[in-house]
Amino acid sequence: MKGLLLLVRRSLRQHALSTSVTVGSAALACGLVMAVFSIQSQAREAFTGVPVGFDAVLGARGSPLQLVLNTVFHLETSPGNIPWSLYEAMRSDGRVETAIPYAVGDNYRGFRIVGTTLDLFRDVQVRPGEMLRPAPPGRLFDPTLREAVVGDFVARRAGLALGARFHAYHGLDFDESQRHAAEYVVVGVLEPTNSPTDRVIFIPIEGVFRLERHVLRGGGEEYEAKPGEPIPDEHKEVGAVMLKLRSKQAGFLLRQEINNQGAVATLAWPVGLVLAEFFEKMGWILRVLELVAVLVVVVAAGSILASLTNSIRERRREFAFLRALGARRRTVFGSIVAEAAAIAALGSLLGLLVHAGILGGAAVVVRAQTGIVLEWLRPHPILWIAPLGMVVLGALAGILPAIQAYRTDVASHLTPTS
Amino acid sequence: MLEVEGLKKSFRAPDGEVTAVVDVASFVLAAGEQVALQGTSGSGKTTFLHLIAGILKADAGRVSIDGQEMTALPEAGRDRLRASTIGYVFQTFNLLQGYSAVENVILGMAFSGRRDPARARTLLERVGLKDRLDYKPRQLSVGQQQRVAVARALANRPRLVLADEPTGNLDRRHAADALALVREVCREANAALLLVTHDPGAAGSFERVERLEGINRAAVGGPA
Repeated sequence: MKGLLLLVRRSLRQHALSTSVTVGSAALACGLVMAVFSIQSQAREAFTGVPVGFDAVLGARGSPLQLVLNTVFHLETSPGNIPWSLYEAMRSDGRVETAIPYAVGDNYRGFRIVGTTLDLFRDVQVRPGEMLRPAPPGRLFDPTLREAVVGDFVARRAGLALGARFHAYHGLDFDESQRHAAEYVVVGVLEPTNSPTDRVIFIPIEGVFRLERHVLRGGGEEYEAKPGEPIPDEHKEVGAVMLKLRSKQAGFLLRQEINNQGAVATLAWPVGLVLAEFFEKMGWILRVLELVAVLVVVVAAGSILASLTNSIRERRREFAFLRALGARRRTVFGSIVAEAAAIAALGSLLGLLVHAGILGGAAVVVRAQTGIVLEWLRPHPILWIAPLGMVVLGALAGILPAIQAYRTDVASHLTPTS
Repeated sequence: MLEVEGLKKSFRAPDGEVTAVVDVASFVLAAGEQVALQGTSGSGKTTFLHLIAGILKADAGRVSIDGQEMTALPEAGRDRLRASTIGYVFQTFNLLQGYSAVENVILGMAFSGRRDPARARTLLERVGLKDRLDYKPRQLSVGQQQRVAVARALANRPRLVLADEPTGNLDRRHAADALALVREVCREANAALLLVTHDPGAAGSFERVERLEGINRAAVGGPA
């Protein structure tokens, strides 16, 4: 056994260049397959199981998925607005525990601004027992003033610390020319939640209504808020109403009433299921990604095979010497298979670093784009399945060159004639 | 110690013609005995050694080493017997280039299950390479490489050392030194030595010299 290990160790060192290349390709392949499975799993879990604090979203007639992505994950565009009266109806509906209005459509340096009410901070738990709270010494905004409470990520990335002043920009994409005149002051920075909320700027909903160039169509006709004058409710409109329901049955009934019998609005319920259905529909793309990653592993195993097969030609004399020294055929065979497995194992170890690197990079991008946090070292079965599979595939790839080595004719590769 | 009886080996040429290379009726080597085997090029000397070592399987006949019949064993058994009882010195030394001197010697015992790095170092010291233990073959002179090969041949405490033209690649002075060394270390280890050479000078120092043509009917019949 020690003899075999010596052979493997020496051969790996002797063929350092090809060893490095094949170990590198195995590492990239293994890291890639681990990253694909891991990111896919974490993304799915994050989007379908992220704590959002709401059971349902009521919005304009259209795609429930778009509604959820827009209001919960602050991605995508809004499908449109619904009259304030629908918010009021939900608020007074006995089946609804909490109804929070969202008015969207503005940003600050790409971070979305959501106009809402203080109910969001009083009635909604992001996780059980965990409210959206400004970190001391911050406070919630005064609904009558131009004050803002910002998510932790926005505060850090956009430099919106406590006391900072900023202007909202019209639209969801940052455009310098679309600046609104009204200036807001940051009075609170929310404690981090590791959820999309970290990327949002909350201001009083009245503030959104009153931003210049904002035209309200809640009553069917266009209305622009006038300074100093109250806005009649019939003109108000909201992008969505975030709902917490009292029971599942309430969800069934409301969905039936709004989606099937109504024609004005859409109820996305339950939020998690909407996204789960999305992932189901996207499943084939994920399968293709997984397949590509697995194929890359197979290609890496092929590179081990090619590398060893090439080296066997020049090592036949070496095998003959070893056989002359008493090495059995199976020792030579085993040394090649072990060498292939060792290359794969080294690749797998480095693959963990590649995986961590890819995940680290992806985590930064995903966090910046969605507010969702991917964990570098979150345990996943792929983290042991991929390295194990790589080693097994590597060993299998070593069998063909091992057979060639096994068949080496000793006498003809030693000094053949006197 | 070594008994050969009726040993035969033929090879089939690409054109299908079968040529007898070895046809030895009887050959015996006593324990610790040193014999030089001479023969012309192509007379079957190397094949004879390969048959004794079990590297080649004989067509017929018997090779017995210390009472163990090499020719009756399957390949794995022959490998095992070779690893435990035979040391081999080649004309071209056949050192493994990626391994240091001491590792080459360790390989000489690695397959007999008697891996002993300390013994490998002692053997290299014995052949005058105390300060070259970690040198790779390419960093050693030709004479030093042959010394490593000698040390490797003795690493597994062999009962029989087969040396195939061990001085063939050396100049006259180094050849004499190498020959003396092989004989000396075999004597110290009480290993029998069968040394093949076509150099009359090398053979001249042996008490017993055999002409291959004298024992090999195939060689008499014509070179292989």
